[in-house]
Amino acid sequence: MADHDNYTRTRWLAPAFVVAALALLPVAAHWTGQTYYQVIGTRIMVFALAAAGLNLILGFGALVSMGHALYLGVGAYSVAILSHYGVSSGWIHLATALAISTACAFVIGAVCLRATGVAFIMITLAFAQMFYFLAIGLRAFGGDEGLQISLRSRFGPLDLSDATTLYYVAFAVLMLTLVAMHRLVHARFGLLLRGVKNNERRMRALGFPVRRYQLVAYVLSALVCTMAGLLLANLTRFASPSYMAWNVSGELIVLVILGGLGTVIGPVVGAGVWIVLEETLTSFGLGLPNDGDAWMREHWLGFLGLLIVWVALSMRSGLYGSLVRRRGGTER
Amino acid sequence: MTWALLATQLLNGLQLGVLLFLLSAGLTLVLGIMNFVNLAHGSLYMMGAYFAAALYGRTESFLLAAIGALAGTLALGATLERLVISKLYQRDHLDQVMATSGLILVLNEVVRIVWGVSPMFIGLPEALRKTVTVMGFQYPAYRFLVIAVGLLMGAGLYLLIHRTVVGMLIRAGASNAPMVSALGVNIGRINALVFAAGAGLAGVAGAMAAPIFSVQPGMGESVLIQVLVVIVTGGVGSVRGAFYAALIVGVVDTIGRVLLPSLLGQLFESSVAQAAGPALGSILIYLMMAVVLAVRPKGLFPVKHG
Repeated sequence: MADHDNYTRTRWLAPAFVVAALALLPVAAHWTGQTYYQVIGTRIMVFALAAAGLNLILGFGALVSMGHALYLGVGAYSVAILSHYGVSSGWIHLATALAISTACAFVIGAVCLRATGVAFIMITLAFAQMFYFLAIGLRAFGGDEGLQISLRSRFGPLDLSDATTLYYVAFAVLMLTLVAMHRLVHARFGLLLRGVKNNERRMRALGFPVRRYQLVAYVLSALVCTMAGLLLANLTRFASPSYMAWNVSGELIVLVILGGLGTVIGPVVGAGVWIVLEETLTSFGLGLPNDGDAWMREHWLGFLGLLIVWVALSMRSGLYGSLVRRRGGTER
Repeated sequence: MTWALLATQLLNGLQLGVLLFLLSAGLTLVLGIMNFVNLAHGSLYMMGAYFAAALYGRTESFLLAAIGALAGTLALGATLERLVISKLYQRDHLDQVMATSGLILVLNEVVRIVWGVSPMFIGLPEALRKTVTVMGFQYPAYRFLVIAVGLLMGAGLYLLIHRTVVGMLIRAGASNAPMVSALGVNIGRINALVFAAGAGLAGVAGAMAAPIFSVQPGMGESVLIQVLVVIVTGGVGSVRGAFYAALIVGVVDTIGRVLLPSLLGQLFESSVAQAAGPALGSILIYLMMAVVLAVRPKGLFPVKHG
């Protein structure tokens, strides 16, 4: 239980810092006139939201889903297809996205959870690929070129076509999700999930309907990813099959692990570090000599790859997890 | 739908299946024996294709290019195993998925830096460019060669795994690794051997695929997904399962892409068929895998763990 004590010691410090930084970012961006930072901030929060959704089953339930980009795509395509037909009400977008995603997640989850271990990873991947090719086959909605979004979601007075509004809506959704997630994993439901993670056979022997709980967790995590997809579509004004590509699912896993498995705030840290690194390597430049910047801009993915390998090899609890451990003084 | 077209597509499917088998044989053993998820296996296939293309450009000899691809990927596989993979055997699947997806990015970038972004094409020697006429329809000689080599290597693998001491140890490792280790066998060395051999097979598959598909960065990723479908359908750790599943997946995928659109065209209006046909054709293998897993969660040929 030493872990848990260390987490509680820094329980408020790091999250408070992250929340304050995110809340004040648009103010700083407008003050300095660099509104592009606000766009980066929105992207960070959208991917943090998706990663937080995945974290529910990955970090707390130890179910490695390699197909969560699928729900990102469901969210994005709900906005795109509805606005293609002239529907701009955000409530309708949201309701449609959540309804479709619930139905899909329920069926897919029920099938996938029959498999365990490696087979679970593969079958979730297979379902995501299925939807990816389905989206490519939707010639009426752009096929593999994707679909431009002309009308963005409008929630009553809140119009997501305004960048600052979108930022704070994403912020609010992310915060609400994180708080809900925190409550959930410390409630009986979360304890049960973590119990299954530690020893499934024991939980079964104790008489819990394990699969049913895992299915509920799977559907909940899919719904959070769908919300992220809806916000992503509003941010990029575009829905594309590439949102559902397998490497997006892989990236979400990386975000969760990078931040720290099984911590509520970890996905936010992971998404922040990942996207800031990506932007630093691709857009801003490091001031390297001999055209090093241009070279880096071209081959930045390789460096991110090296970083991922290094994190996987050397950090067992991710960036945030390692930070907390080190502060607690008992790094393992 | 003429019979010649159907036969051609069947052979195309067989040829894809053979390539998929070469790729999945190594990976299924890595998964089965070491319980290791290696997403970078497709990248080794890509490296094989690039080694072959580069060597063919220098030597103009296809045989030398294929041997070079085998040697290159064997060495690369052994190096990767030593530096990265062997450190992850004891970790959970999550770290393995993460590290190997990082390796995919690294290898893709290595290829871009060394050989550039644009696709490479590899020609064929004069003798292989011809078409062969079999029972009234024509089929490229090279594709026949691919099928033959693939089936030969499959037979060789069968003999190696079922008739030799090394093969016995590999099978024993697949069903109970700690026990094999306890009996005094250096399981670490077997792991390294299997991983390197799997990499070599992937390299050969890459070399054989190079003249058929274009050689470009990221070519390993799409094929990796198909290979994973094969492995899971066949049963993780079973080379026999991988063989049958590879042929099934190859044929179903090829035939499905060709037949479904025209089949739907006869049932529905042409506009519906045009929209749904290609999509349905490309999700067919995933649908098949989902059905197989829903009915038999351990695949068609499950390995018995003792």
